[in-house]
Amino acid sequence: MLIKEDNTEIKKKLDYNVEKIRSDFPILSQLVHGKPLVYLDNAATTQKPLHVLHSLENYYYKQNANIHRGVHALSQEATEAFESARIKVKKFINALGKNEIIFTKGTTESINLVAQTYCRKVLKEGDDIIISEMEHHSNIVPWQLICEEKKANLKVIPIDDNGELIIEEFEKLISEKTKLVSVVYASNSLGTVNPVKEIINIAHSYNVPVLLDAAQAVNHLNIDVQDLDCDFLAFSGHKLYGPTGIGILYGKVNHLENMPPYQGGGDMISRVTFQKTTYNELPHKFEAGTPNIAGAIGLGAAIDYVTYVGLDKIAAYENYLLEYATEKISTLKGLRIIGTSKNKISVLSFVLENVHPHDVGTFLDFEGVAIRTGHHCTQPVMDRFKIPATSRASFGMYNTIEEVDILYNGLKKILEVFA
Amino acid sequence: MQQELRELYQQVILDHNKSPRNFRKIENPTYFLEGYNPLCGDNITIYLLVDENNLIKDISFQGSGCAISKASASLMTSMIKGKTVDEAKKIFEKFHHLITAKVDEEVNLEELGKLAVFSGVREFPARVKCASLAWHTMIGALEGKGEKVSTE
Repeated sequence: MLIKEDNTEIKKKLDYNVEKIRSDFPILSQLVHGKPLVYLDNAATTQKPLHVLHSLENYYYKQNANIHRGVHALSQEATEAFESARIKVKKFINALGKNEIIFTKGTTESINLVAQTYCRKVLKEGDDIIISEMEHHSNIVPWQLICEEKKANLKVIPIDDNGELIIEEFEKLISEKTKLVSVVYASNSLGTVNPVKEIINIAHSYNVPVLLDAAQAVNHLNIDVQDLDCDFLAFSGHKLYGPTGIGILYGKVNHLENMPPYQGGGDMISRVTFQKTTYNELPHKFEAGTPNIAGAIGLGAAIDYVTYVGLDKIAAYENYLLEYATEKISTLKGLRIIGTSKNKISVLSFVLENVHPHDVGTFLDFEGVAIRTGHHCTQPVMDRFKIPATSRASFGMYNTIEEVDILYNGLKKILEVFA
Repeated sequence: MQQELRELYQQVILDHNKSPRNFRKIENPTYFLEGYNPLCGDNITIYLLVDENNLIKDISFQGSGCAISKASASLMTSMIKGKTVDEAKKIFEKFHHLITAKVDEEVNLEELGKLAVFSGVREFPARVKCASLAWHTMIGALEGKGEKVSTE
């Protein structure tokens, strides 16, 4: 059993210096309600290391200019920094080319982009789009909007009691009417890592493209879009220790080329006359207006930092935290874990008998512990498990075993107060 | 427990959370309305039995929510039963002032009676909606925003 083992031994085995990593995150060394901050809301957003903060500061101190147009020195420097961030993203997810990497505001905008361009073009009345029961609202509503407009149908792959997709049901849903499958790589409310390769293989046997919502997967799993063979992949910078307001849409070049533009404006055009406008080449065709230049550079810096620490090491360490936390809090009477798949990212959702998640959240806040409570923008998942909400602790690369113990002790206290 | 937390979760609130009063459905209510807080998924349905003199003869609730929203609904029903509709609205105004007043503002706790246990809520802006859900729902029901059940 993990709990009984000597943690220092395990830490040594993992070759992971969490104290050194923590020193790179200045925000962590503060008190909340007089207690040291225990930040366990990483699935909502991660904290940013100094390396990212410095990259933002450096950009605004020394490089700020608009990109792609100026002939002056700063503009060229800013352009180079922005475009080198794109190359970092390309390498990070092993895309074939940098023209397959589109900067967006975040995962939500990436998904909306595909719905409003790809689906607007290919979707006909009576067609199907397939999603799953564990999707975040941002991977439900964009499809509902376009399905309503095109009189198409949204079909949903159900989940089982462990919070895993029922693949046999997916095989029943998919048909020649299916125009796109869009599923979450790793669930934000259950933690489940879905068998996305299997899903992609099945979909491709029907010539159906697949979009992966990788918002929660990107900071935990090594993503290789060529190996996965996904058609689209969306994620956000801020869940990867980067800034908010920047995200990525990866798309296979043949799809992107055939898609109409998303928004009109500067940077996405090649030539504009009042009679006819020709669009810029990829990826700029989908990047109308001045982008979040600093955000892109910050995301590039976050990728550098995560690569430097090592995504495999981070994942192994987070798995260890999850396993320890799961085992420990499971001993609490009246606690039920929601999402019990064997293959999970470090997300731990739970409900306490007789204590509402919001009360849990407020109590833990006074212990310095930040967790998320509510439906986590996955109301269908709550309905599936017949619960109004859950409490969710989610671990990042800087969390510690001691912090899990603080969470456990906090929960114990709550159970006493509400007994 | 720390001071602010103890003020929010007073014993009376914990008691009402554990054993809520009037937690039942009224068959053939004069008014009922489901109140919903989309932020947290809390939902509370208020049932009212009002006679021809605008006297609230019975009031009850059902639903799910946090300790603050459940205790608030429970205490509200105990407080409002036997009052007239106008009196109920006046109590709501006082209660609303209590939970939304500025932290340093003085509030007359005496005239609030048992409801004074919610004085800690104003320290927690994120929880004001929890405390007020049942009340807003009751007012909405009385103002006929919900389904008025015909007695004919």
